[in-house]
Amino acid sequence: MTRRATALLVVLSIGPSATLLLGVERLRTQARAGFANTISGTDLVVGARTGAAALLLHAVFRIGHATASVSWASYQEIARHPRVRWTIPLSLGDSHRGFAVLGTSADYFRHYRYARTRGLDLEGGRPLEDVYDAVIGAAVARELGYRLDQPIFVAHGAVDAGTARHDDKPFRVVGILRRTGTPVDRTVHVTLAGLEAIHLDWAGGMRVPGSAVSAEEARRQDLTPHSITAFLVGLDSRTAVFHVQRFANEYRKEPLLAILPGVVLQELWDAIGVAEQALLGVSALVALVGLSGMVTALLAGLNERQREMAVLRSVGARPRHVLALVVGEAAALAAAGIALGVGLLYLGLLGARSIIQTRLGLAIEIGLPSRHEWLLLAAVLVAGVAAGLWPALRAYRYALADGLTVHV
Amino acid sequence: MSEPVIEAADLEFGWAAGPPLLAIDRLAIPAAQRVFVHGPSGSGKSSLLRLLAGVVVPRRGGLRVLGTEVPRLAGSARDRFRADHLGIIFQMFNLVPYLSVRENVTLPCRFSARRCRQAEARGGAAREAERLLEHLGLGAEARSGRAVTRLSVGEQRRVAAARALIGRPEIVPADEPTSALDADRREVFLRLLFRECEREGATLVFVSHDRSLEGLFDRALALADMAPPRGGPGA
Repeated sequence: MTRRATALLVVLSIGPSATLLLGVERLRTQARAGFANTISGTDLVVGARTGAAALLLHAVFRIGHATASVSWASYQEIARHPRVRWTIPLSLGDSHRGFAVLGTSADYFRHYRYARTRGLDLEGGRPLEDVYDAVIGAAVARELGYRLDQPIFVAHGAVDAGTARHDDKPFRVVGILRRTGTPVDRTVHVTLAGLEAIHLDWAGGMRVPGSAVSAEEARRQDLTPHSITAFLVGLDSRTAVFHVQRFANEYRKEPLLAILPGVVLQELWDAIGVAEQALLGVSALVALVGLSGMVTALLAGLNERQREMAVLRSVGARPRHVLALVVGEAAALAAAGIALGVGLLYLGLLGARSIIQTRLGLAIEIGLPSRHEWLLLAAVLVAGVAAGLWPALRAYRYALADGLTVHV
Repeated sequence: MSEPVIEAADLEFGWAAGPPLLAIDRLAIPAAQRVFVHGPSGSGKSSLLRLLAGVVVPRRGGLRVLGTEVPRLAGSARDRFRADHLGIIFQMFNLVPYLSVRENVTLPCRFSARRCRQAEARGGAAREAERLLEHLGLGAEARSGRAVTRLSVGEQRRVAAARALIGRPEIVPADEPTSALDADRREVFLRLLFRECEREGATLVFVSHDRSLEGLFDRALALADMAPPRGGPGA
């Protein structure tokens, strides 16, 4: 029956629009939560004076490239500030088979926090000790199939093309971290000394011919780093934040930038906020299009249904019964569309989850709709019922005027 | 003689200020009578039914159905009156497509408390529906779950007749229900209809342009003859 086909088409046009609305909303909130949870308990992030967002994105999310660095001396001086309780040095730039290699200290495992209170746990093995130790994130271990004691080579630069490998100095996997749902999972952690060692005989991005240093020889050298990319700072109290921030920003010996990660994240979101609103607006429009399709279908169907309504009128149905019938249909169609939309959303989330995890290192939760999302769905339903009022009123007026005659 | 179930005097119906679609000087139909009303297309047959059903009101004059001045009632009261006392059979498309056969027949009981009570008194609406369908030769259909759209035209009409009769309405207006049936089936249908109306004591007002059926009825009325004489009403 064509009526069934029409109803199906209407539901199929409302469904995806509900999916879009919910999907945009969910990804938005989840992405924010995911980003916010990536770094917790860190009062300041200090790096070379580039830009606040660039520093945050690079140091914490491993997005982008470092253009300048912080000298070891400056780092030491700021780390010695009386209000500073701990620091975590970070050195980025190399990679391993697509994963970022991060040079850091044992403090990383002691002080790094994510998701508000969680620290880094080891699935197996131990933290960094020896020069050539490597501790890998959960995703690295899973995707590359690495085990403890596995030897790995670090590539020079962000792209591991096989040509620029520090393959004379292998590292050894001594620890594998438990899953965090943050970029930590996709990072290979090594010691700062280890990074220094592999770059001893490199200059300008390639091995200097004729001055090769073996792995064992490198150990005996002074492996104090010359510079790092950035460092995380934990203070003895929240109140010291602006004081230490100013200290770093006004540091005379080198141009530095100290940022409050939470503040910069918020600024990022504010900037993206306009795009989010636009996206939400587009989704709402799509939903409206779907609903107008429903109104069209109902209106067009009214002609066909004159007979059915004449029958109902003849057995005593009042015009308001006819109205309720059409509005009820609109509500049912909208509800069915929403149900389809939610179903499609969960299917989509299940599918996209792994991609988002891989690309951004964020974990998207598959949970029940939040309160805000329920409100969005309710809005679509109400809009559907309201849209159904138009054809319902037309049917009502027709039933009121006569309703027993069928205009063929 | 007992009071007529349908009484009309000086009745005139039409839209706006145009010529009347229907004009009846005098009309009186007693209870349980089988009346054949004939007239060519456009002579106001449908208007008469609509007036009886109370979906429209006349421009002038009075119409009493079962002692009630139907046109004087408010819209919703007319709806209730129609539900309680009338069982209408249409020319075509008598059934609601998304309801089953039985649900179609029991429809009036959903809108009329009186007819619901009448049906309950006889063992329930569902039982009554089955009984009527049985009498009309559709006993199997009542029990099968077949969609009404799969029934033949003749079968649909008989379902409509069952629906019109459930709950003992006093008046059964029928609008050309036998057109598109061949001669044999027509007579069979009419006999079934007559028998059920008689059983329930209902008044049948059968409107048609096909005069070949006239002889089967108690009384035949021509709409043209019912108009007031030229020269003004009451002459």
